[in-house]
Amino acid sequence: MITLLLAVARRDLLLARRRRIEALLPLGFFIVAAALFPIGVGPEPQTLRQIGPGVVWVDALLAAMLSVTQMFASDHADGSLEQMLLAPQPLVALVGGKVLAHWLSTGLPLVLASPLIGLLFNLPAPAITMLVLTLALGTPILSLLGAVGAALTLGLRSGAALVFLLVLPLTVPALIFGTGAVVALDSGLPGQAQAHLSLLGALLILTLLGAPPAAAAALRISLD
Amino acid sequence: MPLAPHRSSALPALGGGTLAAHALACRRGRRLLFRGLDLQLPAGSITWLQGANGSGKTSLLRILAGLSAPAEGTLSWNGQPLAAAGDATRAARLYVGHGNALKDDLSLLEALAFLARLQGLDEAGPRARQALDRLGLGARADAPVRTLSQGQRRRGALARLALDDAPRTWLLDEPYDALDQDSTARLSALLTGHAGRGGAVLLTSHQALDLPGLARVDLAAWGVAA
Repeated sequence: MITLLLAVARRDLLLARRRRIEALLPLGFFIVAAALFPIGVGPEPQTLRQIGPGVVWVDALLAAMLSVTQMFASDHADGSLEQMLLAPQPLVALVGGKVLAHWLSTGLPLVLASPLIGLLFNLPAPAITMLVLTLALGTPILSLLGAVGAALTLGLRSGAALVFLLVLPLTVPALIFGTGAVVALDSGLPGQAQAHLSLLGALLILTLLGAPPAAAAALRISLD
Repeated sequence: MPLAPHRSSALPALGGGTLAAHALACRRGRRLLFRGLDLQLPAGSITWLQGANGSGKTSLLRILAGLSAPAEGTLSWNGQPLAAAGDATRAARLYVGHGNALKDDLSLLEALAFLARLQGLDEAGPRARQALDRLGLGARADAPVRTLSQGQRRRGALARLALDDAPRTWLLDEPYDALDQDSTARLSALLTGHAGRGGAVLLTSHQALDLPGLARVDLAAWGVAA
């Protein structure tokens, strides 16, 4: 089961490497969209610091959604997905591999780029560290929920827009705890930040357990 | 380099069994395609599934492969209901559909090796290279799939049949599509060789087939008047 998971993840990463521009688009979106806010809102340091965590999180959310809609689409188009469904190993492992590859190729770059965006919003060092930490816990949640949405809308016209509508409401708890942790730390409440962070971690575990079987079931229905 | 016969403790005896369908019905949308279909694919047989466009050939293959659920009826493996036999029998079936399942950005060898791994075969790399050689694609093994012609891609997809010698039940949707004369002969040799080893084949084809011991099944026999 783990072998299949790794084989799928390795293949998807190889594909991402062969299509580097496509794979880096979400990261480009993340940086450009975040950079627009200081220009639009005005360069008032206090305002920027206040909206910073929320903006970075929403931005990361949209960037992750942007790419997740395509998670199964090309495999569906060329028949690979059928073969994956017919593999003797459990489909959950395969979904796990795809999510892992998606997170490594789009989620992780967002996490790594977030300190830069934090500086752009005049966040102090501790808040930036917290921002990175929350995104590290939060972006896998986005990949996992996105996989469910992508599986449900497979083969539908305007499926991408549907994924946004389906998945974005589900990401609200992650958004609340993620931004909450950074804001709490920035307003001098480390205890509350800790609590938010723990809840975000719990949310990740919950999604990790629930999302892959749901996505696997959705794939079977979509291909029936 | 000869490869060891397939061995994997996780998988049951591969193939050599009889896949059978009982009173199968298939519905696509509101339309009933066929009803009451009985079919047996005993070891060592090659069956040509015939029928007009839209009569449900692909749907039947997908049901037998386990991709879709039939509207009515059951599948069995060696007399046991397939539902009870579970995921394990998936390894005993091999489905090659319309899609070639080869990724454009991978090399032919990488794409085929991945499919071999998916099937649960070990030594996927060497196996894939050997299979490509058998289909006459050895020289193109390292070329990206995107650079190959339609017929070469089809051959690449069919190279899955040559990955190992296990007597699985092959379910092939238009395998002769886009093949040139030489490849057609190679495929026919693969099919008869497979049947000789105790495997079973069910295939659709728009071209006339000339294979020894070929059985024919016409979907029109169970079709529902449109």
